[in-house]
Amino acid sequence: MSNLKSGSNLEKVLKAGHFAFTGECGPPKGANVEHLKEKVAHLKGVVDAVNVTDNQTAVVRMSSWAAGTIMLQEGVEPNFQMVCRDRNRLAMMSDILGVSAMGIRNMLCLSGDHQRFGNHPQSKNVYDIDSMQLIALVKKMRDEGLFLNDEEIDVPPRLFIGAAANPFAEPHEFRPHRLAKKVEAGADFIQTQCIYNMERFRGFMKRVVDMGIHEKCSILAGVTPMKSVGMAKYMGKMVPGMDVPDELIQRLQGAGKGKVAEEGIRFALEQIQEFQEMEGVAGVHLMAIEWEHRVPEIAERAGMLPRPRV
Amino acid sequence: MIIADRKPLAELLDMIQDCDRILIIGCKGCVTVCNVGGAKEAGILASALKIARKKEGRPLEVDERTLERQCDPEYIEQVKNEVGDYDAVISMACGVGPQFLSRAYPEQRFFPAVNTTSFGGAVQHGVWEERCAGCGQCVIHYFGGMCPIARCSKSLLNGPCGGSAGGKCEISKDVDCIWDMIVRKKTEQGRLEDLLDVKPPKSWDTARDGGPRRSVREELVQ
Repeated sequence: MSNLKSGSNLEKVLKAGHFAFTGECGPPKGANVEHLKEKVAHLKGVVDAVNVTDNQTAVVRMSSWAAGTIMLQEGVEPNFQMVCRDRNRLAMMSDILGVSAMGIRNMLCLSGDHQRFGNHPQSKNVYDIDSMQLIALVKKMRDEGLFLNDEEIDVPPRLFIGAAANPFAEPHEFRPHRLAKKVEAGADFIQTQCIYNMERFRGFMKRVVDMGIHEKCSILAGVTPMKSVGMAKYMGKMVPGMDVPDELIQRLQGAGKGKVAEEGIRFALEQIQEFQEMEGVAGVHLMAIEWEHRVPEIAERAGMLPRPRV
Repeated sequence: MIIADRKPLAELLDMIQDCDRILIIGCKGCVTVCNVGGAKEAGILASALKIARKKEGRPLEVDERTLERQCDPEYIEQVKNEVGDYDAVISMACGVGPQFLSRAYPEQRFFPAVNTTSFGGAVQHGVWEERCAGCGQCVIHYFGGMCPIARCSKSLLNGPCGGSAGGKCEISKDVDCIWDMIVRKKTEQGRLEDLLDVKPPKSWDTARDGGPRRSVREELVQ
């Protein structure tokens, strides 16, 4: 196992050639440990790792590293998210060492939503380094055992390095190049933005495969089941970089009263089916927002259970 | 140039509420060019303050003066004989002006009439936009002559982020995504390869983060 970069479950699952299945859990808006444990319990044994979001949408929540350590105690592998909005390079490096010391083995490097969207729009943002540079920083710390200033680290962190990709943001033609840059910077795995426009995603993956990027990292396709027509319309109109085709909205509307959520899940299942067969896709990242209790059912129906033991 | 916006009248009235006689000092520099703090705007502010105070039944006496610049002791000195004759002074210059005045005339109170926002220029008549963040180490030549530090909401050196849509920034449809513009320009120039390498972290020690900056031209220092 010495050739593993981090030894995380997610890394082992991918290395063994299994189709990965990851979940997501937002920490509570408070110190409500019980609520967090309850949400995490739904995901135990159902996914390979769980993303712990870092003040997502710039709304203050329990810190992602603290929530991640609670997950570890609950027997669920966290994927610790870190955004560039709230920390300078000193805070980043100390938190990277901190999570590794606590036993966290996956880390997702993100720019972070601008604080204008959040609940403290008056705050000062940091952006000392960007997500690309954060990926390279974690890699340097892990593989070279050096801080950004080239000083030696006394026991380097062990982390499986993740990054995000949004195939639907513009300019579309540049997106595969930006993904390639993240892989060049050191990303071991990629989790994409929620996919709804399958046609565009197929085109994106074709370019990614043509460029050979999928051979250098594991790409997990992002899936978020739609719970309602309102959610679909909101995501399409209000969330930057989200592409929700009209046909999907019409399909959900056509499901009839009380059956929209089931239709949303059916669409997600069809997507997961297609991703399993799509060249270059190594897994699915299921972001069931505040719907953790439905994940076991979705996993079961998608044929994702039982999860491999590696 | 330095761009500024006039403070709301109510805020200025509140600053000078205990005054009966004030002096407004305009500046012929940047704030004249961006139509916020020159002789004309000093006159408009004087009238507005007088009218407002007259309505309150507490008339205000206001004189105006406009200096060549307020960022140079040579011009600041030109008001030395009158500055003490007022209850307070309002400076129409950028944030530099009232500081130079305060330093030169420690007994007097100086109030800023404008909010200094940025370094930039006019993009159309009556509209000014930020172009420079004064980071102390110019890098615009890497980005097609556009500054992502000043013009990207996240100051990304390896953009565009996932929030870029329709050429606009995720924070507002009124804000252009500078990274969209950089990528398009480089693509049109056939120089996209310039953007394919990972730009390393920037050193901010020449920016404000490194402490207040000072520029010295040895040949001019006596």
